[in-house]
Amino acid sequence: MPAARVIPCLDVRDGRVVKGVQFQNLRDAGSPVEQAALYEAQGADELVMLDVSATVEGRRAALATVHAIRQVLSIPLTVGGGVRTVEDASAMLSAGADKIGVNTAAVKDPQLLTRLADKFGAQCIVIAIDAAAHVNRAWRVVVRSGEERTPLDAVAWATEATQRGAGEILLTSVDRDGTHSGYDLPLLRAVSQAVRVPVIASGGAANPGHLIEAVHAGADAVLAASIFHDSVFTISQVKIQLREAGIRIRS
Amino acid sequence: MHAGKTVTIVPTGTANLASVAAAFARLGAVAHIAADRREIERAEYLVLPGVGAFAAAMDELGALGLIEPLRERLVDGRPALAICLGMQVLLDESEESPGVSGLGIVTAKATRITSPAVRVPHLGWSNVVPAPKADGGGGVVVEGFAYFAHSFRIAAPLTRSPAADALGNWSLGVADHGGDFVASMQRGGLLACQFHPELSGAWGSALLSRWLAQLAAAEHIVKGGA
Repeated sequence: MPAARVIPCLDVRDGRVVKGVQFQNLRDAGSPVEQAALYEAQGADELVMLDVSATVEGRRAALATVHAIRQVLSIPLTVGGGVRTVEDASAMLSAGADKIGVNTAAVKDPQLLTRLADKFGAQCIVIAIDAAAHVNRAWRVVVRSGEERTPLDAVAWATEATQRGAGEILLTSVDRDGTHSGYDLPLLRAVSQAVRVPVIASGGAANPGHLIEAVHAGADAVLAASIFHDSVFTISQVKIQLREAGIRIRS
Repeated sequence: MHAGKTVTIVPTGTANLASVAAAFARLGAVAHIAADRREIERAEYLVLPGVGAFAAAMDELGALGLIEPLRERLVDGRPALAICLGMQVLLDESEESPGVSGLGIVTAKATRITSPAVRVPHLGWSNVVPAPKADGGGGVVVEGFAYFAHSFRIAAPLTRSPAADALGNWSLGVADHGGDFVASMQRGGLLACQFHPELSGAWGSALLSRWLAQLAAAEHIVKGGA
């Protein structure tokens, strides 16, 4: 078993880091390049950058941001947000991404996952799934940055996405995102038991205990944003607590 | 630290070339993409990166007319670094693409990770341990956590097997993901890594630096003795 990964996430809009609650009320949280370098120095195992720009200019800025981060970063960089075609993915990889996250575009066009995996390999393709609680321990897939609820069952979609070529799942609970109430553990258990690929838990982390719970519920990696941005905990503090809880981490 | 050194990257089509180039740039070396076969022959330090599928990488190398120049370059022991899929194309073949020939530098086959106990792809940080070598000669790989991203690998050879004979004069590094596999292999100036040294943090950066430095030292000895 590889070490459990701790992954800070940078939501980037027009070249700046932003953070909101349940995808709303975005506020400025600093320079992405400075944040990336700081996180690596603190022991981050990987970095995720989500481009939440809404405009063509914003997307162009995201490519420049990826390139700038790459110059300082010697750990893996996953980039998501606005990837709709093989060409979009190719541009992100050329700019310096190592993995590509796809979300809404894959729900609208599941074949996209196969085209991406055929071109870049499954290990390069992360399916980002935003899930919202439905009824009876079931979750529905939400797209368009949390705005559009689909009839798709999140666990079934996770399974289908990996069969179509995704090599990793970034699983975000939109109910928990930004609420600091911990990951949605039943959702995490359901998805990690249903698939063979690694699962990254996301949405709701506020303290090291939440990250420990997620690993015990089956997460291979834990993603968090605000607790690291706001320096509530440093990544090194969190990793020490994971190790003290008996979880194998990269030393 | 390695100012003045030039690293030539082989364009394998879909690899994360920007990450590889940035890693060498941080060490002070200049990295550029090879435009033609002559650059492969002349390169001071050659890097064969690779992500994606075995057949796609071999197709790309074939289309660029690079298979023969690469073979010649890789068997002569001059400085070369093969990464991830770049390591697998050094082999005869891979289960990923049945019927497609690799470069055939090593008589071995890449096989799929099949253990039900682990997740596939193997994505993340696993510990690499240098295997003891009979003649005591070590390579530049030391123990530490490396970043992996792959579904196929060379299973660690059983002792006294044909695979062990084929790998007998290589310095090996071994890691475990549902069973031991070859994480790195080095012979002379040729270092092949299943992991991504360019994404393996300070440990990976130090490894790339040792690879550049060891070979610089070796060249110095050769030149001094001539």
